[in-house]
Amino acid sequence: MSRETGHSDHIPGTCVFTGQRSQQGLKLNSFAFSLHKAENREAYRQDPDGYMDGYGLSAWEKQKVKEKDWKALIEEGGGNIYMLLKVGAMTGDGLVPIGAQQRGESVEEFMKTRNVPLRQNM
Amino acid sequence: MGRLVAGIGSSHVPSVGVAFDQNQQEAPGWKPLFDGYKPAKAWLKDVGITHAIVLYNDHGTDFFFDKYPTFALGVADEYPIGDEGWGARPLPAVKGDAVFSWHLANSLVVESEFDLTICQEMVMDHGLLVPLPLLFDHEPDWSVRTVPFQVNVLQHPLPTPHRLWKLGQALRTAVESYPDDVRVVVVGTGGLSHQLHGDRFGHMNSDWDKEFLDRIEDDPESLVDIPHDEWMERGGAEAVEMMVWLGMRGALTPKVNKIHRNYYLPMLSGMGLTVLEDTLTSAAA
Repeated sequence: MSRETGHSDHIPGTCVFTGQRSQQGLKLNSFAFSLHKAENREAYRQDPDGYMDGYGLSAWEKQKVKEKDWKALIEEGGGNIYMLLKVGAMTGDGLVPIGAQQRGESVEEFMKTRNVPLRQNM
Repeated sequence: MGRLVAGIGSSHVPSVGVAFDQNQQEAPGWKPLFDGYKPAKAWLKDVGITHAIVLYNDHGTDFFFDKYPTFALGVADEYPIGDEGWGARPLPAVKGDAVFSWHLANSLVVESEFDLTICQEMVMDHGLLVPLPLLFDHEPDWSVRTVPFQVNVLQHPLPTPHRLWKLGQALRTAVESYPDDVRVVVVGTGGLSHQLHGDRFGHMNSDWDKEFLDRIEDDPESLVDIPHDEWMERGGAEAVEMMVWLGMRGALTPKVNKIHRNYYLPMLSGMGLTVLEDTLTSAAA
């Protein structure tokens, strides 16, 4: 664990979800978590900006959510993958497109790297 | 009295729940996974399991980081099926046993000094719901009473593997001091290798998965001192949840009868299953 950042990031390509990241991403993750309720999903659909404002998201966070920049949300914003999956579900982006974006690949490129390309893998 | 009959280690990959609900059991990509559970389910029925204590982690279904318990025990008679963001699965509410759960709570907190969060309401997450219908009948209702036991493996600092091992031992003590004739399986869920974020998304390690399965069966204590960083390095960051299996294994006799194992590595996660019989309980039968 780094004393300066409090992060345990010695594994390349990995952002361990530390307390510090959880603190940084609390509003973002709280917004994402809220989408486990159907009525909240509907409210978000109706007015994405207003809904995210209600959770106190910054302009940067709102922009990255809209851009589906999962990589930035996780690496720079303290986003937790399990919470962000609920945001992805709103736009039909399951785990595979979310993962491909983080790797800088298309879904097709990513699928070529798998043993058995199961499509329902959320 | 209560008997600790068996332990099960199982993955809880969410896509398995989707495939199950869509009746993909015979699809070529899924058959190796679903067929692997058939002997497990049949054996659990044979040995007359009445109760399952399921150690799992919630993924933002019922618990959030505003207040995040390290260990949370369900003490209800019924647990609703969670909506994780894409609708609840079509499963009957999980059937609990509040009396048994409160007994476990008393034993774990007072006798074994585990400081638990005790939940009279708890919504079920795929961590528990993926393996449960693969191991027990659920139509028209569940054939087993379930005790959900949630472990934090998301937000560091996490409990140590050693603590989970001790938890397993405490669970055995608690089960064996129950006055009624319950026959219990402890199920540890999670893993195997997978990483779901960062440039290392998609990391899998079948060598480590197989080594882990060997060691959890034959030499589980060799796993209890492995630091979190090493679990993450070998299996992927999210695969640190593999250590939850130690809570299952710690509940069993050091030597176990190995009933069944399955392993499949299709897509994003190593999918493992092991079925272990307690030798003390089986010898007493």
